[in-house]
Amino acid sequence: MEIVNFLHYEFIRRAIITGSFIALVCSLLGVLLVLRRFSLIGDGLAHVTFGSVAVGLLLKQHPVYVSIPIVMLSSLGILKLTEKARLYGDAAIGIVSSIGIAGGILIASIAGGFNVDLFSYLFGNILSISKAEVLASITLSVVVLVIILFFYHEYFSATFDEEFAKVSGINTKKINSILVLLTGITVVLAMRVVGIMLTSALLILPAVTALQIAKSFRNTMVISSVIALSSVIIGICISFAMNLPTGATIVMTNFIFFISAFFYRNTFHKIKL
Amino acid sequence: MLAVERLSFRYNSVEVLNDISFLVDAGDYVGLVGPNGSGKTTIIKIILGLMEPQKGSVSLFGTNPTAFKDRHKIGYLPQKPTNFNPHFPATVEEVVSLGLFSKKGFPGRVVKNDERLINEAMALTDIFNIKDAMIGDLSGGQQQRVLAARALVNQPELLILDEPTTALDPETREKFFQTLQELNRNKKVTIILVTHDIGSIGKYASKLLYLDKRIIFYGSFEDFCSSGDMGSYFGEFAQHLICHRHD
Repeated sequence: MEIVNFLHYEFIRRAIITGSFIALVCSLLGVLLVLRRFSLIGDGLAHVTFGSVAVGLLLKQHPVYVSIPIVMLSSLGILKLTEKARLYGDAAIGIVSSIGIAGGILIASIAGGFNVDLFSYLFGNILSISKAEVLASITLSVVVLVIILFFYHEYFSATFDEEFAKVSGINTKKINSILVLLTGITVVLAMRVVGIMLTSALLILPAVTALQIAKSFRNTMVISSVIALSSVIIGICISFAMNLPTGATIVMTNFIFFISAFFYRNTFHKIKL
Repeated sequence: MLAVERLSFRYNSVEVLNDISFLVDAGDYVGLVGPNGSGKTTIIKIILGLMEPQKGSVSLFGTNPTAFKDRHKIGYLPQKPTNFNPHFPATVEEVVSLGLFSKKGFPGRVVKNDERLINEAMALTDIFNIKDAMIGDLSGGQQQRVLAARALVNQPELLILDEPTTALDPETREKFFQTLQELNRNKKVTIILVTHDIGSIGKYASKLLYLDKRIIFYGSFEDFCSSGDMGSYFGEFAQHLICHRHD
């Protein structure tokens, strides 16, 4: 009954709807990124978002709209560094993310006066999301979702065995670029849900939870989506009911799902043995 | 079907292939052998369009491999099942279905009719009974058979196999070679088989290509067995193993 009461508040409804779309996108992208051992790109791009939010505040523009192109370019930068500069993915992510943080700190230091706004983005607050942001987030999430579903088999094939995917005629360079660009958009959107500091959790936790118990690739995608949606809805409700920070509560709910799946898997396997 | 002409390739200063020319006709079963580092895998990757030749040319079904569109005509089984994450959450059936994308093109949805092809490929490689198992839960030999089914699911005209039997036990290896022979004889599938297993090459393949950065020998087994040079190159025992193959 309490949950139904929550839904009378428009800001709660907005948060749940927007959060659900973003969580769904994160959960699907997360499976692909985790299986490619590229999951920390979310963390790296979130750090870039810190710099891009500073640029947005400096230019007195909405940080989300300024961040999307900057983070998308950075995501391609990580990919190109990995391909061309003889760097492992983690090193490329490290370079780009540290530049993002350093840039943000420098801009905040030079400009001054907007430190409070900048640091509010570190922890996010989906309960304060505006109608315009809801619309933009849902539109972008739907675009990302459609692209993922459209290229589902290509991503499945290239994630499982990139060489075979190339032999099959799949343009792996193109779909890898699309994947990191989508990740860039998603990281900026997720910033409003859980904040810059916790964005990568939305990408990683539902995926690794699903990997504990899934019985097929399709099943992994479905479970990851269900976990992500449940975590956002439960997290928002708990945070409102107990007056806790929403982003952190969503992440902790995700973590509880992960721990449960981990124990379920281990218990189940022990019983089987 | 396949024409390689004056092909050369270097990794930086290291020469891997030097002036290679050979033809593979439809229906051939070519055994490609050579010592480690002789350029076997490199030439396979060039034929598949994964790498471009630095000198010379390759024509696959009359087309440059990098521009080749009819990918469903080729089946490819890589060297070892190590290209993928062993914990990857995919069932055997899902992995086999991946082979269909080259035929279906973008966006590559699997429909009901494809199930027949998938089931046939799984039956051919004797993995139908494990179709719902996770790929990571299988032994190396079973994984290799799954990848073989993925290569066969399109019913390709050209099958390229890069050391496919290294993870298989002797009995499974023998069955695998027999399956290839049936495909070659009954369905006229052209096969290029890279292997160190010269006994099996001698038993099943119709042509031998011996590569060591350049072509040492390419021709029929009859020519090979009557060649005195090959005895000195391989050793008398190896040549005996290859040549005394029939029945």
